[in-house]
Amino acid sequence: MAAAIEAEDLVKTFGEVHALDGVSLEVPEGTVLGLLGPNGAGKTTMVRVLTTLLRPDSGRAVVAGLDVLKQPNEVRGLIGLSGQYAAVDEYLTGRENLQMVGELYQMSPRDSRARALELLDWFNLSEAANRIAKTYSGGMRRRLDLAAALVVRPPVMFLDEPTTGLDPRNRMALWEVIERLVGEGTTLLLTTQYLEEADRLAHDIAVVDHGKVIARGTADELKAEIGGERIEIVVEDPAHLGQAVEALAPYAKGEPAVERHTRRITVPVSGGASVLADVIRELDARTIVIQDIGLRRPTLDDVFLSLTGHATFGDEDVEAADVEALEAAADAAGGTGDGDAARTVAAGSSSSEGKDS
Amino acid sequence: MTTVPAAAPSSGPGYTSSDAQALSAAPARPRPAPPGPVTAALTFAWRALLKIRRIPEQLSDVIAVPVVFTLLFTYLFGGALAGSPHRYLQFLLPGTLVMAVLLATMYTGVNLNGDLAKGVYDRFRTLRIWQPAPIVGALIGDALRYLLASALVTGLGLLLGYRPHGGVGGVLIAIALVVVFAVALSWVFTLLGLVLRSASAIMSLAVVVLFPLTLASNAFVEPGTMPGWLRAVVHANPVTQLVTTTRAAMDGTVTAVQIATVLAASAALVAVFGPLTMRAYRRHE
Repeated sequence: MAAAIEAEDLVKTFGEVHALDGVSLEVPEGTVLGLLGPNGAGKTTMVRVLTTLLRPDSGRAVVAGLDVLKQPNEVRGLIGLSGQYAAVDEYLTGRENLQMVGELYQMSPRDSRARALELLDWFNLSEAANRIAKTYSGGMRRRLDLAAALVVRPPVMFLDEPTTGLDPRNRMALWEVIERLVGEGTTLLLTTQYLEEADRLAHDIAVVDHGKVIARGTADELKAEIGGERIEIVVEDPAHLGQAVEALAPYAKGEPAVERHTRRITVPVSGGASVLADVIRELDARTIVIQDIGLRRPTLDDVFLSLTGHATFGDEDVEAADVEALEAAADAAGGTGDGDAARTVAAGSSSSEGKDS
Repeated sequence: MTTVPAAAPSSGPGYTSSDAQALSAAPARPRPAPPGPVTAALTFAWRALLKIRRIPEQLSDVIAVPVVFTLLFTYLFGGALAGSPHRYLQFLLPGTLVMAVLLATMYTGVNLNGDLAKGVYDRFRTLRIWQPAPIVGALIGDALRYLLASALVTGLGLLLGYRPHGGVGGVLIAIALVVVFAVALSWVFTLLGLVLRSASAIMSLAVVVLFPLTLASNAFVEPGTMPGWLRAVVHANPVTQLVTTTRAAMDGTVTAVQIATVLAASAALVAVFGPLTMRAYRRHE
């Protein structure tokens, strides 16, 4: 399969900041690459370079077989961009916003109007079609912005944090639209801070931090990279920690991690639920009282933490405890699907991302 | 983000299952050829007109300023400078016409700056169009604002008793020249709109530049009584050329050379600031 997007050693520096520090990546035609990273990792800069908005200091980029630096205008004919800041015209109505893009693509007024109404309908904006975009909510603007990027259905799409700041319901709805586009063959580069989003939408994930790709693979590969499943135990009495570690030793596939203040032991294992049963029997035999026990598969959160040493939320000023609490809440809500509440909170606390630049 | 769209039923936004078919059923569109420069610029001019319609208050600068200046200068200085407001108006009107329109050019930069800050231009810059089209389109909208300001000043002047000896033809030539020069001068402000950080920075720089430029000219008084050095400044000021030509057109005495001079000055402004603007536009981060 040919690569629809190809970047080679892209470098972009803003003053002292290395927004891109030698990034290479490749997105095969018809697939989705999730660019996953915290605020300021360089995700937006990457998108701006690939969409001809920003010239890199060095490196090479090819989109749909065209050199982004040498043929920017031809590239523009084949891409669609929906940015982090909904690029809609506030004083135009939803319909006029879309119609304008259609006319700029040489559609007749009649066609561009029809297309605008069609898109407004898909994105459930029909009733707001004749209201100026200034009166739209954040979610509506996002949808209008995405619709504007879809007026001529470009074969290569760039979505920069498409769901940041959206409530869970709007996020899910947008995911469905994105999945449908990809199902029809659109190549997509998606940036996100949400692991769950990358997990669900992306075929491949590139983890970026400080302008570098620090890991690449499918979600499962990345999870496997930091090890398989683990058993997590919380003992009732901290005095039992030592004994518990001993009891676990025969099943451990690696060094156990002991957290004294939370009375928690985490140990890599293999064998699934039957190991869990064995461990419970073993602990019971030694009369170690446990408060909580569980078999955990690594989440992308774990991947991120182990790769970067910091959480995805990226706000250095967020107290470690806060991050832990958020993660705990996200976990409690259950791995994939329902962790929105906690993540929405997290997004709220870090929504002040400036342009990555 | 506080509100969910009112249109969304409680079961969630409607673009779910049934729309999947709609999306798939939509015919694959052949990729259209990119639009020509004129089509693209006119599309953006349409945008500018819609914006004027939606925010009519942004016209206050081309309505209030001309009216206030014309009335103020006529009655404030008229008696002292020319014996009577009526006689002064005969000299002043072409001057206020020039001043009112040139002062309005700063909003070109202010508007562009605002659009850039909101990210709208990110979309325009990723479209396969003639790159200057968004800016040229905005300038077409601005030209209409300048026309409005010109009509207002002229109309008010006629009401107050101004009588152009050049007749309708002369007035139209005068207005056309002023608008052409103002559009050319607007390219200075598109550049400033791109390189300066905020609207207020553009405004303060514009005031510092435009006020001396329009006042240190022959718009309000004949330079005869000025000290020599100031007379030199006034003569070198391109606005003086414009005012002289505008006055001559309205008086019916304009020469081809005078018209050509204004057009050449306008062309020179575009030739210098057009490319500088586009360079800044392409590099805008």
